[in-house]
Amino acid sequence: MAINIYTRRSAANILAMLLGGIATVIGLVFLAWILWVTLKNGFSALNLNLFTKITAYGSDGGLANAIVGSVGMDLLALLICAPIGVMAGTYLAEYATRSKLGATIRFLNDILLSAPSIVLGLFVYVIIVVPMSNMTNGAVSFSGLAGSIALALIGLPVIVRTTDEMLQLVPGTLREAALSLGIPQWKLTVQVLIRAATSGILTGVLLALARLAGETAPLLFTAFGNNFMTYSPLAKTASLPVAIYQYTNDPSPAMHAIAWAGALLITLFVLTLSLLTRLFFARKKVSYE
Amino acid sequence: MTASSTKPATRDTDRRSRRDARHDALFRRVLLFCALLVLAALLGAALSTLWGGREVLLKDGFNFLTRSDWNPVTDTYGALAPIFGTLVTAIIAIVLAVPVSFGIALFLTEIAPSWMRGPVATAIELLAAIPSIIYGMWGLFVFVPFMSTVEPYLSSTLGKLPVVGALFQGPPLGLGILTAGIVLAVMILPFIASVMREVFRTVPARLKESAYALGSTTWEVVWDIVLPYTRSAVIGGIFLGLGRALGETMAVTFVLGNSYNITSSLLMPGTSIASSIANEFNEAVGLHRSALIALGFLLFVVTFVVLLIARLMLRRLERREGS
Repeated sequence: MAINIYTRRSAANILAMLLGGIATVIGLVFLAWILWVTLKNGFSALNLNLFTKITAYGSDGGLANAIVGSVGMDLLALLICAPIGVMAGTYLAEYATRSKLGATIRFLNDILLSAPSIVLGLFVYVIIVVPMSNMTNGAVSFSGLAGSIALALIGLPVIVRTTDEMLQLVPGTLREAALSLGIPQWKLTVQVLIRAATSGILTGVLLALARLAGETAPLLFTAFGNNFMTYSPLAKTASLPVAIYQYTNDPSPAMHAIAWAGALLITLFVLTLSLLTRLFFARKKVSYE
Repeated sequence: MTASSTKPATRDTDRRSRRDARHDALFRRVLLFCALLVLAALLGAALSTLWGGREVLLKDGFNFLTRSDWNPVTDTYGALAPIFGTLVTAIIAIVLAVPVSFGIALFLTEIAPSWMRGPVATAIELLAAIPSIIYGMWGLFVFVPFMSTVEPYLSSTLGKLPVVGALFQGPPLGLGILTAGIVLAVMILPFIASVMREVFRTVPARLKESAYALGSTTWEVVWDIVLPYTRSAVIGGIFLGLGRALGETMAVTFVLGNSYNITSSLLMPGTSIASSIANEFNEAVGLHRSALIALGFLLFVVTFVVLLIARLMLRRLERREGS
């Protein structure tokens, strides 16, 4: 009897360890499966037309205008959300560590971080696209600007959070040393604290870029899409994710091939970016310890 | 440093400190304004979608939530089918993802040799970095054909069982609610696993060592010590995954099948709030568009509540850690 209970317990233990290992293998298999399919289909469809021809040519064309649109909108989105996010994060870390308002904003920022991106797209549609269209009698409706604002809303909480965390990592003695020399708080923040946390804040900005670069849903009804090259922020703008979405919905296999090539570009960009920031971040953490 | 008395010097420092105070106040106000924009974004998303959906909400009121007919031709819109699809796919995703995430967290904190933990954890987290449109493409071109070969087996085995059998009836289309649920499960897996892994590591070593000293096996330590200690945060992590699953658009739009039927079978096509909006928004006008925005409002409210619960549960552990 005594042996029985020990065998049972150790059998349960071995079973649990085994299942844990299997669960990990399941996770890794799906990662490998998705990456392999994307790389295989993407590389076999890769050619120069992708970067030189626009989507108007359909299956004979490329994704040049979508690539330009995506790069433009992603950069504009960063230009919008990086300063706001850094300033908001600075407020949380430097002025509101103990206050109730700070706790509330920090809490709601975490919710915004995982809010459904499609709703943020609808939000921008209602407050930007519709009023613009009403004001200009429909001359300007969907626009790259609206798309950038939607993407900025997705990047914002990432930057707020990392800035907040990174500034809190800056040693308090640095603050005290600077304040004891009599410099005002704003100068301390801008010239000492932000500078000390620059690499961390930059990591946050890159993470935000990795996150918003792959977003499709909010662009559908803000930037819409465009078969031609455009450089105006007030025109309907093509983007890589939306082009992939449209090409995947198309029945023709030639369009699917182009979609896979686009998928490869986005995946490589996003994964490289998040791996790089991870390495960067890991080194950063070590240097503080 | 000329022959002047101390008086102008004090006036000078006075002026400077007043200027600094003014700049500090201005600086603080600008920062506060930016921080308030975060609140404005959330509040604005709720109010603007409510405003955009007012037509259909004023016309139908609560019937909008309970009617199951969605027909742009007759201009009648009932949200029951998308709500049903959203909830069922999210529940399937949670049911599948939670045990697997727990297994991964167990592996990464207790089983794996330490040199393996970092790389495996990074690989699992890469699953979260893959854009959702890629999940959608993989789902449509690779996973749907795969499921259509698996589904006949499901129908012929599980479909014969008395109660759950009804869930596995119908033609093996590959598309459908079950497929969407599985794709969502893969998507939310890294989120739940990384929360679990992080909170498992907060368990004091002394607590675990005490249990080991009494002769517990690794599994008993995890089940009887680690899990009870981290219970609220684990539930928080699960709700975080649920929030993701409810609002996910691109991964499910292709594989759900876009059909406004409410069926008991998981193998049949369905729709979800997010995929309805993505599929129909750009062709919709008038009341139809308003109904889609109202769906967005609904989705926002539901995910907000789920994420609120998630964050509150996660915070409880943080507080204990601090004390």
